[in-house]
Amino acid sequence: MNELIYGLITGILFGLLLQKGRVLRYDKQLGALRFHDFTIIKFMLSHIAVAMVGIYLLYDLGLVKLSLKPTILGGVIVGGLLFGLGWGLLGYCPGTSLGALGEGRWDAVWGILGMLVGAGLYAEAFPVMKKTLLTWGDYGKITIPQVLGVNHWFVIAAFLMITLVLFRWIERYEKSIKSN
Amino acid sequence: MVHGKGELIMGSDRGWNPYVAGALSGLVSIFSVWVAGKYLGASTTFVRTSGMLEKLIDPERVAKMEYFIREAPKVDWQWLFVVGIFIGAFIAAKGGGSFKLQPVPDMWQDRFGSSITKRAVFAFIGGIIAMFGARLADGCPSGHGLSGSLQLAVSGFIALICFFIGGVIVAHILYGRGNRV
Repeated sequence: MNELIYGLITGILFGLLLQKGRVLRYDKQLGALRFHDFTIIKFMLSHIAVAMVGIYLLYDLGLVKLSLKPTILGGVIVGGLLFGLGWGLLGYCPGTSLGALGEGRWDAVWGILGMLVGAGLYAEAFPVMKKTLLTWGDYGKITIPQVLGVNHWFVIAAFLMITLVLFRWIERYEKSIKSN
Repeated sequence: MVHGKGELIMGSDRGWNPYVAGALSGLVSIFSVWVAGKYLGASTTFVRTSGMLEKLIDPERVAKMEYFIREAPKVDWQWLFVVGIFIGAFIAAKGGGSFKLQPVPDMWQDRFGSSITKRAVFAFIGGIIAMFGARLADGCPSGHGLSGSLQLAVSGFIALICFFIGGVIVAHILYGRGNRV
């Protein structure tokens, strides 16, 4: 029961921040895909940067466990590209579709219905996928520091530096397209 | 530069700095993992809900399906997390005065007109493809993009890059290259 309450509270806080950060809207999601509004990139990379440092600190202290998804190239690459194609049409992702609906953008309903159908179709296709795409390039649960054979803090430091450079570049780029 | 209708109306509706909102949501992620042991994610909830709905029609069939055995059709942490996103966004939008019942997004309307049916067809088909892909990839922008990447999972970064490649392709087919609204 506690677990369900934690889920609800976490969702409410996350939904609040998604809405305040203005990342729920179709225009913001397509704006990023069309390279003229980088709000969702700023939001996502800030989330990742902060949580990466916090969770690896807690991990080193033995307070949390990692929960890695396997790197199966067939599934991740084909599935990822398919997801992207559908996302471009819909303009919401699974989490933000519910948030967009909460903001009153009710075209998200069509997307939510479509996603329920898509989930049902995947459940039908799963036995075939398991024998085909999901056997291609299965590297198991691997992390970048494992692959590189270095301590995770080196990778985190590199990620943070790249992110900062990217943020600087985005700010300049946004200024340049606004003044055009 | 020509603005879409929405951007003009939104003059006072700028919201919070996305870096700040994103960083705060990162703290939410940290506390969720620390307190509840749960990484954020959303797409499994659609599988569970789909299973619940199919169970209403043919419970015996659902009980035998491998994928619904793996992802049981039940309400769990993530299911309520996704419901919470709806509630949180509703509270924030109402409280901040940016709640707006809107059938067709501004950018879509500027390009494709105000037909609700047209938008519904594209959004529905997009939803089918997106969720099929998300399940094949084993995660969406939350599960792979945020939670995977922040753990430095190879799968998270590959998925995130593929999500954007697919999305950029479709966005450029739909809107063309130069047409910056």
